[in-house]
Amino acid sequence: MISFGRRKSPAIEETSLATSVMEAWRLPLSPSIRGKLISAGYTCLSSIASVSSSDLARDANITEEEAFEILKLANQSCCNGSRSLINGAKNAWDMLHEEESLPRITTSCSDLDNILGGGISCRDVTEIGGVPGIGKTQIGIQLSVNVQIPRECGGLGGKAIYIDTEGSFMVERALQIAEACVEDMEEYTGYMHKHFQANQVQMKPEDILENIFYFRVCSYTEQIALVNHLEKFISENKDVKVVIVDSITFHFRQDYDDLAQRTRVLSEMALKFMKLAKKFSLAVVLLNQVTTKFSEGSFQLALALGDSWSHSCTNRVILYWNGDERYAYIDKSPSLPSASASYTVTSRGLRNSSSSSKRVKMM
Amino acid sequence: MANKLIGEMGLHTKISNIFAARNIITAKDALSMTEFELMELLDVGMKEIRSAISFISEATSPPCQSARSLLEKKVENEHLSGHLPTHLKGLDDTLCGGIPFGVLTELVGPPGIGKSQFCMKLALSASFPVAYGGLDGRVIYIDVESKFSSRRVIEMGLESFPEVFHLKGMAQEMAGRILVLRPTSLANFTESIQELKNSILQNQVKLLVIDSMTALLSGENKPGAQRQPQLGWHISFLKSLAEFSRIPIVVTNQVRSQNRDETSQYSFQAKVKDEFKDNTKTYDSHLVAALGINWAHAVTIRLVLEAKSGQRIIKVAKSPMSPPLAFPFHITSAGISLLSDNGTELKGPGINTIHARGHSDMINFHGDCS
Repeated sequence: MISFGRRKSPAIEETSLATSVMEAWRLPLSPSIRGKLISAGYTCLSSIASVSSSDLARDANITEEEAFEILKLANQSCCNGSRSLINGAKNAWDMLHEEESLPRITTSCSDLDNILGGGISCRDVTEIGGVPGIGKTQIGIQLSVNVQIPRECGGLGGKAIYIDTEGSFMVERALQIAEACVEDMEEYTGYMHKHFQANQVQMKPEDILENIFYFRVCSYTEQIALVNHLEKFISENKDVKVVIVDSITFHFRQDYDDLAQRTRVLSEMALKFMKLAKKFSLAVVLLNQVTTKFSEGSFQLALALGDSWSHSCTNRVILYWNGDERYAYIDKSPSLPSASASYTVTSRGLRNSSSSSKRVKMM
Repeated sequence: MANKLIGEMGLHTKISNIFAARNIITAKDALSMTEFELMELLDVGMKEIRSAISFISEATSPPCQSARSLLEKKVENEHLSGHLPTHLKGLDDTLCGGIPFGVLTELVGPPGIGKSQFCMKLALSASFPVAYGGLDGRVIYIDVESKFSSRRVIEMGLESFPEVFHLKGMAQEMAGRILVLRPTSLANFTESIQELKNSILQNQVKLLVIDSMTALLSGENKPGAQRQPQLGWHISFLKSLAEFSRIPIVVTNQVRSQNRDETSQYSFQAKVKDEFKDNTKTYDSHLVAALGINWAHAVTIRLVLEAKSGQRIIKVAKSPMSPPLAFPFHITSAGISLLSDNGTELKGPGINTIHARGHSDMINFHGDCS
């Protein structure tokens, strides 16, 4: 992966030309400006950060505006390093509180919620993959409905963005799941009403569909364009709490010939998803297809897009058949143990498997 | 959208000229590179690159619709909310009205099971007047295996819709709406479907049938590994064609034997590997859909036709709209008919396995397994 080079520590004293050139290279500057800086003798961050913009402009033969921009970048790099050293412990503590206070999106299957630590985590990118027909789109639709459960019913009260690359989103199915969700909320409210006189839930299935923003993506260029545009779109549409991409794979698998280029473009896309998740405190859910992979002398199923892509998601959930039941397996997560849980797809959406109470633990 | 010209997006002239000077003409050219690569190539600062990419991305992004407006459009503008009836009541109920518009629907099954019968019935249904549950349009039937029979289509029509077909000239009218193509090679097929895009809009085409997709590839005599990239373009094209034209596209697929070492396990499932191998030995006759996993991901609805214990069964193996159900059926002069409109729900990956009549009849053991 290409690094954009924000330094995390104070600049190291100049020891060799190669080191100095590397330092300058790490700033996101155009090649001609970088060349001018090096030829003017500004080869490390500290030397740049210690001059005024007018001096830099005169020495390197660049405009005042350009010099100011360079100084800003250089100072950012230095300050980031300093700040992280001073505030590290506090940041970790703050992060703990932030993570504990974040709500999660229920999957409507409590067994699955349990192994996910309560549901799909906001501020994370979660990948869900599996074989054809295992229920990936069902999960995507279920999450786009569940994210809208009002806060008083234990939900987020947010909206959903559904990016459909395969044409799999069937609005009739979304309506079925929305209707079932409304009925469940009415039952929940009815129960709570006896004790708390809670306000009546006013949501209707049509309201739930209204809050799902649907984009039909027909090429990888459109997919890249839309991901670039999401930040602006989400800024303009408040309360989006989940972005679902169904699937991340399709166009890159069919249309892309240059695999090295594909890897670079996908990496950049992954970084943008992570940035979105952190900035807006929303969940990004990427659905993935499967492929076969030769490993240890035999072929095995693996999620598509290869090993480079494997690093791009915070959490990875693999859906598979175990006997006659659908199962989900936590394949990768920094905060969740590996575990599996069964689930089923019913006319009302994702639910616990009917035999979950008596199933044998095989994993 | 991918081929939208950067020069016509309204980008600032200076930046637009820099892109053009480096031969970056379309949105696809610009967005296929990372921001860092663009910065290097164009010799422009990162700030300008990000601003330009943001502008190009917004111009290239597909439009946003709410799911509600999607539903409303379907209900208002499309016949039966965007479905083609199969006239098999149980199946139509399961699929919310019939074969959906805008997506690929696949029929897969062993030879002689009834896939082509099903397709011919659909072609008839699409050509019929709206008053009789049809789409009142034309059908393009790509007949790779030479299984299409005009005589059979008319026979089905006479038996299924006697009140229509006995009207003077109606048989000719209905049959005349079905256009049959017989491509002789993959290249020939590619050429034909590329011409379809304009033709579909201009000629009121309401259904595209490809019977079968597999035959096109097996005739090319190339190693299996190359089939996936070869199919990639066709998969993308057909899906966008269905979407763009808002028609159903029905594709048939053949079956093949499931290899003993067939991949169906992830690495973390190694613990049950031995058990799986044991099971495999007793199912030497198992068949699976041809064309592989990549193709299976591309179809939205998969209907499996099989014979089991002497009984023909149609299974909804993959569908975003319904649970996996199985319906017994038989073939009459009127085409395929369900023996029961109440489907049996199936559990487990068996929904994707395919039984052939010969094997099941010969070995009673298989008939007892389910």
